[in-house]
Amino acid sequence: MTNIALAATVTTGEAVTFWILAPLALLGAIGMVAARNAVHSALWLVLTMLSLGVFYVVQAGPFIGMVQIIVYTGAIMMLFLFVLMLVGRDASDSLIETLRGQRVAAVLVGLGFAGLVGTLVARAVSGTEAVGLDAANRDGNVQGIAALLFTNYVFAFEATSALLITAAVGAMVLAHIHKPKSEKLGQPETMRLRFRPGNYPAPKPGPGVYATSDSVATPARLPDGTLSQRSIPEILPTRELSSRETAPKGTEK
Amino acid sequence: MTSAVLLAQDPTLSDFGHDPWWIVLIKIVFAFVFAVLATLLGVWFERRVVGFMQVRPGPNQVGPFGLLQTLADGLKMAFKEDILPKTADKVVYFFAPTISVICAVTALSVIPFGPMVSIFGHHTPLQVTDISVAVLLILAVSSMGIYGIVLGGWASGSTYPLLGGLRSSAQMISYEVAMGLSIVAVFMTAGTMSTSGIVAAQAGSDSSASLGGFEFFAPGWYAILLLPSFIIYFVSAVGETNRAPFDLPEAESELVAGFMTEYSSLKFALFMLAEYVNMVTVSAVATTLFLGGWRAPWPISIWSGANEGWFGLIWFFAKVILLVFVFVWLRGTLPRLRYDQFMRLGWRVLLPLNLVWILALAGIRVLQKENSDAVRWSIIGGALVVILLITLLWPDRKKKPQPTLQEQVNARPQGSFPLPPMDLVVPPSPRARRGVAQRQPANVGGGAPDVIEATSTEEKED
Repeated sequence: MTNIALAATVTTGEAVTFWILAPLALLGAIGMVAARNAVHSALWLVLTMLSLGVFYVVQAGPFIGMVQIIVYTGAIMMLFLFVLMLVGRDASDSLIETLRGQRVAAVLVGLGFAGLVGTLVARAVSGTEAVGLDAANRDGNVQGIAALLFTNYVFAFEATSALLITAAVGAMVLAHIHKPKSEKLGQPETMRLRFRPGNYPAPKPGPGVYATSDSVATPARLPDGTLSQRSIPEILPTRELSSRETAPKGTEK
Repeated sequence: MTSAVLLAQDPTLSDFGHDPWWIVLIKIVFAFVFAVLATLLGVWFERRVVGFMQVRPGPNQVGPFGLLQTLADGLKMAFKEDILPKTADKVVYFFAPTISVICAVTALSVIPFGPMVSIFGHHTPLQVTDISVAVLLILAVSSMGIYGIVLGGWASGSTYPLLGGLRSSAQMISYEVAMGLSIVAVFMTAGTMSTSGIVAAQAGSDSSASLGGFEFFAPGWYAILLLPSFIIYFVSAVGETNRAPFDLPEAESELVAGFMTEYSSLKFALFMLAEYVNMVTVSAVATTLFLGGWRAPWPISIWSGANEGWFGLIWFFAKVILLVFVFVWLRGTLPRLRYDQFMRLGWRVLLPLNLVWILALAGIRVLQKENSDAVRWSIIGGALVVILLITLLWPDRKKKPQPTLQEQVNARPQGSFPLPPMDLVVPPSPRARRGVAQRQPANVGGGAPDVIEATSTEEKED
């Protein structure tokens, strides 16, 4: 538990890790906003989340760091990717501004917000010494978290899990299409519909196969000599053969 | 060996982090070489074993017993043309195989290969490193390894790889849940998440446990003590490594080669490396968590020297090879599952079983710690009531008896096709009756008494 005991002071290793990963985390955040492809955005976000996970580990929270990587990077971002891949790989955001000056305003407001939060955190924690870390981690980091979760915060913990389960069940209820059995047609009903007056029960006539053409666009000829439009698919335009196509090909001798 | 060394056989967390940099380097190189060698020999092993199971020799031309076949294949692969599809996302396409390999190899860094040994005079555990949440680190890198497959499938820019990638992401998320839950039982029993600690916790093979006041023999290995967890872990490990019968992301009969359809040359080799390293890694993790790690199995462990020093490596590798053999065995035996069957197994069988088992185990743990008889008996009584309620209220799956023919006829709607009465008995035709009466008895005993005579009389009558 040496790393936990030393966590109150910044060691060289911690500083080196921070200065390597902090720019990467920032790069990931900026890349996530700037990337035009949705999957690239997700990947930049993965980079940021991974860096955050390592930060947690370095700051004497190994359990929360690993959980960050397993849950957020491994499961949630994977589900995001799943959805993005289903949407289509070439779905990119359009860069046309619908509101004039929207992007500049967004950048300015974003910078302002970041400055505000940064100043707030800096003023709040500067000069504050972290205390009680050794006491909290006395029985080990995981055991400490477990003891807190299942004693002081058990109600909040259970409420959160109930909320999540409700959300999951709700999503499933919304997405699930239940067709009652009474709506399914049995064989007698299907047959009655098929033979009802006005419905032609036999298969539709196939398209014509003639010496001049065997295309699916050629309508079939009914017994009385008329052409049946029901024999050709509706999306095909009816097409008369040109004289060049009907002319003898010169192959018969 | 001195007594001090004997006492310090089991490395604890405080034994890590004191090595000089060159020992750390040696350990890292050892783990990496182990991964690569395991792949080279693993492919050979798999092909030979599957060949044996299919009654054919398998690769036997290159080197002794065909041992160098994989090396030759690897060289051939390296000299093949590296194809970059036109529609591929170039950066992601390039990085996907490396993500797979890096994550697969990283997991080996927390695997305990052996006890404390002496390397060039330094007393050090035979393990790259250990942290208090080492098993979670393994879960984390295995969940990151999925990105390689998913991104490789997506970046290829064609349909089959995309479908393979989608399948693998859904598959791995599902089976990671089952895998994580099966490890929970190990955490609960061992009381630690560090791999060396879990190996040490399985050491007491001759200890006895007490349950509800009764003392009984409890084996040390969690594979026996926590058998349901071990089975679920192994099944989900097969799903997690995309091995047959769960190799749906690369199902060759449906998806050509799944996520690696477009890959060729060294990038394909990297995917293959990752797959085999993953197989070895999950075997090593199973060995560590359930099979006592580097400790000698029971009859050998009677000899006190079996668990000392470098001997640990032998037992560890033997157990890993045994588990890899089971992987190969599964591949040689079982056909691939359909995707919906596979998902149903994960979510509807493994997950509920796991939850019930963890609940039961938690009850047993509380029983062990509880001292007052009232609480103890109330827990046992509650469990019995729950079991009784479940058996009573379990939905009956017995099929309804098939309705009789007459009932089926009566149930037909109005205006159905007319049927003859169901109790109609057709009288036998007189001609058939005559034929039956004149039939010769079958000649069973042998000999041909009067066949010609019989046929002649029949002809006369007709």
